Amino acid sequence: MTDTSQTQVLERPKSTPMLKAMVGIGIACGLLIVMTYEGTLPRIERLKKEALEQAIFRVLPGTVTTKTFLLSDAQKLEETTSDEGTLVYAGYDGSGDLLGIAIEGSGQGYADIIRILYGYNPNTEKIIGFYVLESKETPGLGDKIEKDESFLENFVALDVSLNGDLSTIQNEVVPVKAGAKENPWEVDGITGATISSRAIANIMNESIQYWGPLIVQQKEEFTAD
Amino acid sequence: MSSKTLNISTSPHIIANVSTDTIMLNVVYALLPVAGFAVYSFGINALLVILTTTISAVGTEHYLCKLSKKESTVGDWSAVISGLLLGLTLPPTFPLWMAFFGGVIAIALGKFIFGGLGYNVFNPALVGRAVLQAAFPVAMTTWYPAMALDRFSSISTSVLSTPFMQPTVDVVSGATPLSAFKFDNIIADSSDMALGLISGSTGETCAVLILLGGIYLIIRKMMNWRIPVAILGTVIVLSGILYLVDPQIYPSPVFMLFSGGLMLGAIFMATDMVASPITPLGVVVYGAIIGILVVVIRIWGGLPEGVMYAILLANAISPHIDNMIRLRVYGTSKQTKHD
Amino acid sequence: MSAEDKNINQGSLQMANAKPSTDEFIKGLWRDNPVFVQVLGMCPVLAVSNTALNALAMGLATTFVLLMSNILVSLLRNFIPKQVRIASYILIIATFVTITDYAIQAISVELHKSLGAFISLIVVNCLILSRAEAFASKNTLGKSIADALGMGLGFVFALFCLGAVREILGSGTFFDIALFPSGFQEWVVMILPAGGFFTLAIWLLIFNVFKERKQKDE
Repeated sequence: MTDTSQTQVLERPKSTPMLKAMVGIGIACGLLIVMTYEGTLPRIERLKKEALEQAIFRVLPGTVTTKTFLLSDAQKLEETTSDEGTLVYAGYDGSGDLLGIAIEGSGQGYADIIRILYGYNPNTEKIIGFYVLESKETPGLGDKIEKDESFLENFVALDVSLNGDLSTIQNEVVPVKAGAKENPWEVDGITGATISSRAIANIMNESIQYWGPLIVQQKEEFTAD
Repeated sequence: MSSKTLNISTSPHIIANVSTDTIMLNVVYALLPVAGFAVYSFGINALLVILTTTISAVGTEHYLCKLSKKESTVGDWSAVISGLLLGLTLPPTFPLWMAFFGGVIAIALGKFIFGGLGYNVFNPALVGRAVLQAAFPVAMTTWYPAMALDRFSSISTSVLSTPFMQPTVDVVSGATPLSAFKFDNIIADSSDMALGLISGSTGETCAVLILLGGIYLIIRKMMNWRIPVAILGTVIVLSGILYLVDPQIYPSPVFMLFSGGLMLGAIFMATDMVASPITPLGVVVYGAIIGILVVVIRIWGGLPEGVMYAILLANAISPHIDNMIRLRVYGTSKQTKHD
Repeated sequence: MSAEDKNINQGSLQMANAKPSTDEFIKGLWRDNPVFVQVLGMCPVLAVSNTALNALAMGLATTFVLLMSNILVSLLRNFIPKQVRIASYILIIATFVTITDYAIQAISVELHKSLGAFISLIVVNCLILSRAEAFASKNTLGKSIADALGMGLGFVFALFCLGAVREILGSGTFFDIALFPSGFQEWVVMILPAGGFFTLAIWLLIFNVFKERKQKDE
């Protein structure tokens, strides 16, 4: 021990070259990163926006133009251009008529949180489309929620009509066993993906209970120019 | 192998002169009624599945012994037990090519890779089943109702599906009591479950016959009675407490006891002599861990059934259980206990 | 591990003196393959080899970082004091990992999503640091480039071996093209992490059998 400390005293390495090297490399690296960030940012943002728009088109079939609405702290929906905060996306057809609202929902799936986007038509008070934004469900089983055609058919016209005083939905969205759907507010499950398909129904139920009344009460916001 | 069994249990060391073969053969005897009932309640399909796993397990054992230029150890009956047990834990209309694959995995991956009988860390049959569950989850959870009328006259097309192809689902899928409870909150009738008039894996349904097999082995002193008692006791106590807290949410202890693979697992799989601890206290701790895991997985887990994973996990820690509660060598102090 | 590393280092040093750069390139591909022989960088190997495309993308991203860091480390090898060399290497590696991260996002958001956190984790891939420390810091630019390309492509090759097997068995496809008639039973376990371990074990077995045969022949 004493030996090494002595040699250290004798041949104490100079700190200037170390500092020079570290600072030099640090600055060069920093510059490189900033340049790449600036260079790729526009394209990354465009791709992300395209991905979101594509998702909106999928849940609101026939959409030509979209508008983004922000839910303010006072529970008011306002049109916005930013991408911060709680957002919903309204889709319009060629002649500018409202097709529906795309709403994001999320909840616990089998493996991890599932994030979904679904289309809601406030005039007929029905869910008209559904798309999985993000899921880590088991490949071959849970990921059927993205592909299984008879499951996706649940969300072509899922009844979520509000009750008389527009405070909540009349019938909760309930998951049932595969093939047991009898009422328009029930969601047929998937054999072999029971947990994941139930999770979707529950996410939707929770989300629409919150958003349904909000959107219908402020329906004119979406049609005003 | 047979006459030179090294006794690694704690004292007393003077025991009846029973060889590995005799014990294994008796386990086979104890399993035969269970397999017989499986064939009775699920028909030809179950017979084919059980035969396939047994043949593939024995064949793999024989082939691997030949490959590594050792004397074939097929004669000690252990491969037969692994094959039988694997077959008894599969759904009745399980495709035969998958069952065959499972038998190969059970022996090759579950036993041979570790050095053969006496060295396997996990119960080989459960290793085979775990791989099948992960590889073919849909086929592993497609159930077939018990006592179907045409069970002796027709073979399901799912059983005979072409290797590497998906089984065609032609069966009326009958939910097991556990999945019915998990997903639909339906509690099956207890006497039906005890007698095996329910849907499930081929050999797990008739609790009474499994118990009788276990009692036979215990009377002949060929099974450590502490393991099943500890497992079943823990499950009863734990689920009993939960049931008392809220009978609306939690199933009764009787339901827990007779549903799924708990009986089969507790009596025939957790008692695997190689993969379980050897000290008396260690065995009880081991059983209690399995019991707790079963209740936790069934009630709070994502899967309806957890006996397989509970036993595999407990297998993994069983050497450590022994190590932690190792008897102190007489005359040494506590510090020198751990060398 | 350290003894093994030393052997490899000494081996490469000797060769560096005696043999041309092409040899540095070949050794990474086969004899010192980073995955099948050195068993380095197992985290991405197991995690993102579930499809051939993911494996290829991950391998190429790693190769790019390896190449760039080897170039810089080799160029700066007389400038960096040895006391701060590891810190400097990490700084260099991290920079190129960040650049790769942005680049992949700009190429395809989808690909970036499926590679996920493992792009950032290239920074702790011991393969890259070990090549910087063991090779690039002691060799000329040309040899360092050859070494990086060899090791990187060896890594791509290994990842691709795993990814192809896992995708074919696990999804019945190869680069998203269906290989079997409809109704093929996918082996779901192969896309799950457990399948990564199984596949790697089997490839290692094959490589070791080859190696043993070769040694016997010699």
